[in-house]
Amino acid sequence: MRTYALRRLLQTVPILFIISILLFLMVRAAPGGPLTAARRNPNISKEQLEAIEEQLGLNDPLPVQYGRWLGGMLNGDLGESIKFRRPVSEMISERVPNTLILVGASFLVTLLFAIPIGILSARKPYSPFDYTMTTVTFVGQAIPVYWLGLGLIVIFYVTIKNPFTGDPLFPVGGMNSRGREGDLLDTLWHLILPVTALSLGWIAWYSRFLRSSMLDVLHEDYIRTARAKGLADRWVYYKHALRNAILPLVTLIALDLPSLFAGALFVETIFSWPGMGRLFWDAAKGRDYPVLLGVVMLTAILIIVCNIIADLAYGWLNPQVKYE
Amino acid sequence: MSEIESTLSIREQSMAALITRRFFKHKLAGVAIAVLALLVLFSVLADLTPYEPTEQNPTQMFQKSSLQHWFGTDELGRDVFTRILYGGRVSLSVGLISTFLSISLGVLVGALSGYFGGWIDSALMRITDAFLTFPTIFVLILLGAFLREQQLYILQNSVFVVIIIIAALSWMWPARLVRGLFLVLREKEFVSASRALGGSSARIILRHILPNCIGPILVSGTLQMASAIITESGLSYLGFGVQPPTPTWGSILSTAQNQVFRAPWLAFYPGLMIFITVMSINYIGDGLRDAFDPYVIHTE
Repeated sequence: MRTYALRRLLQTVPILFIISILLFLMVRAAPGGPLTAARRNPNISKEQLEAIEEQLGLNDPLPVQYGRWLGGMLNGDLGESIKFRRPVSEMISERVPNTLILVGASFLVTLLFAIPIGILSARKPYSPFDYTMTTVTFVGQAIPVYWLGLGLIVIFYVTIKNPFTGDPLFPVGGMNSRGREGDLLDTLWHLILPVTALSLGWIAWYSRFLRSSMLDVLHEDYIRTARAKGLADRWVYYKHALRNAILPLVTLIALDLPSLFAGALFVETIFSWPGMGRLFWDAAKGRDYPVLLGVVMLTAILIIVCNIIADLAYGWLNPQVKYE
Repeated sequence: MSEIESTLSIREQSMAALITRRFFKHKLAGVAIAVLALLVLFSVLADLTPYEPTEQNPTQMFQKSSLQHWFGTDELGRDVFTRILYGGRVSLSVGLISTFLSISLGVLVGALSGYFGGWIDSALMRITDAFLTFPTIFVLILLGAFLREQQLYILQNSVFVVIIIIAALSWMWPARLVRGLFLVLREKEFVSASRALGGSSARIILRHILPNCIGPILVSGTLQMASAIITESGLSYLGFGVQPPTPTWGSILSTAQNQVFRAPWLAFYPGLMIFITVMSINYIGDGLRDAFDPYVIHTE
């Protein structure tokens, strides 16, 4: 298993290599390049400009420049933000925990709802509960996350007010109220609407998946055996069926990670949540390419790592899987 | 003719007629087709409304729904109903064209990969894997921002840019699907038979294997189209998709967001349109899945 993990890691090297070349060419092709501001400045002469270019190594052949850029990146140096004149790695690492809080909380809520809904639907397929949930999940999957987020703001911030104070029912901006930074309860309060917006579609999607996965498993022989030997229904469902039905879910979740982060980007933008998505959106508006590339590179690595973890977890959960 | 004979005789049906009949057994899919057809019809006939999508009227700002303005007016006094119809043209065509491109590319890659196997398969699948690790929305935004700044004339057309980048980042799913189907089908007897009769690879792929993949490809096409419409709207909503003044459902929603305190109802209609469209497409996909699946038995 260790060799398998190692080989998977090595396989990702060419992929990351391709991505990094594409990204590098993009930085280079970006209009104006890193010297846009200097070029516009009338106090800087042509000779000085050339000297700066020489100093920054912009006259070297492209492969040499790429090598230097890659070397810097491997050392955690993602360059400097054009707009804020700060190291990109520093700006990103400030935001990562906030995104993880949002995504982690949404993920927890998703599993908390999706697993029971999936099991109950599969226990009594085509029952009124199952039909209701089928309709609800179809609706949940078709609602765009940005519309849902906006709707939640309209309902719970603009329209419905707290009957006692007249304040909005839920906060919609940032992670904390002014003066309550670092207050965990206050952060949880701020999390409610963003997490609702982010998890609804996921609950729909995973409960649907778990339902069909459970129904597949319930047709297996060992379930009939378990029933035949008089095992209580509860044990059949939760021990025998669920354990096997949940396996494909692990792989699915890993493959879905990019879209989970995509959803987070929308939610962070709508609710001014100071995470990576919001940073990316702000940087994209200002064409701050070093920041954009840093975030893309980092999320790509994150996705690859999560895929490998999912593969390993699948093998750990399912002893039938053998790694060659 | 005896009663037994008439019961036993089976009316001959073409495959297409059979599929169509099975499709409309799925009642919601039938409804969804009608709803989608209506949306398309309204978008096509958008010129018939008495307003222009970009026509501003400062005396008519923030009107609520009325007989003159069915969906009200926005912050510039533009008729929202008209804008939604014109926006539907853009959103629906972006969805359709980018899906067509992405499915075409996906089928090509998947067919080559699955049929020939070997190093062709390895190379194509590595590329597919690389594309699958892209954090899609981030790359879409990056490309949306980047391409529009280039001096090329064709890149000034934001609708074109959006179609291309959505297709370029979504062909991997149909490619994997088609590859899987080809891996199974190429081992079948009818393929060996065709090969023994001297059928060329191109003939086997196009005449024998591909027609057997139509069902799953159509179903995956509906999934792609639903997600393309959501992606386009999302990109335009964030400001990196189709650029104003061209209205799309996403950009209408984005301007509505800025007015959320003055006119919260403005955010309702564009999102509703996206929702209804995606919902209909999903149901159509569901109906197609049933229609092409020989194991589904419909209870009348």
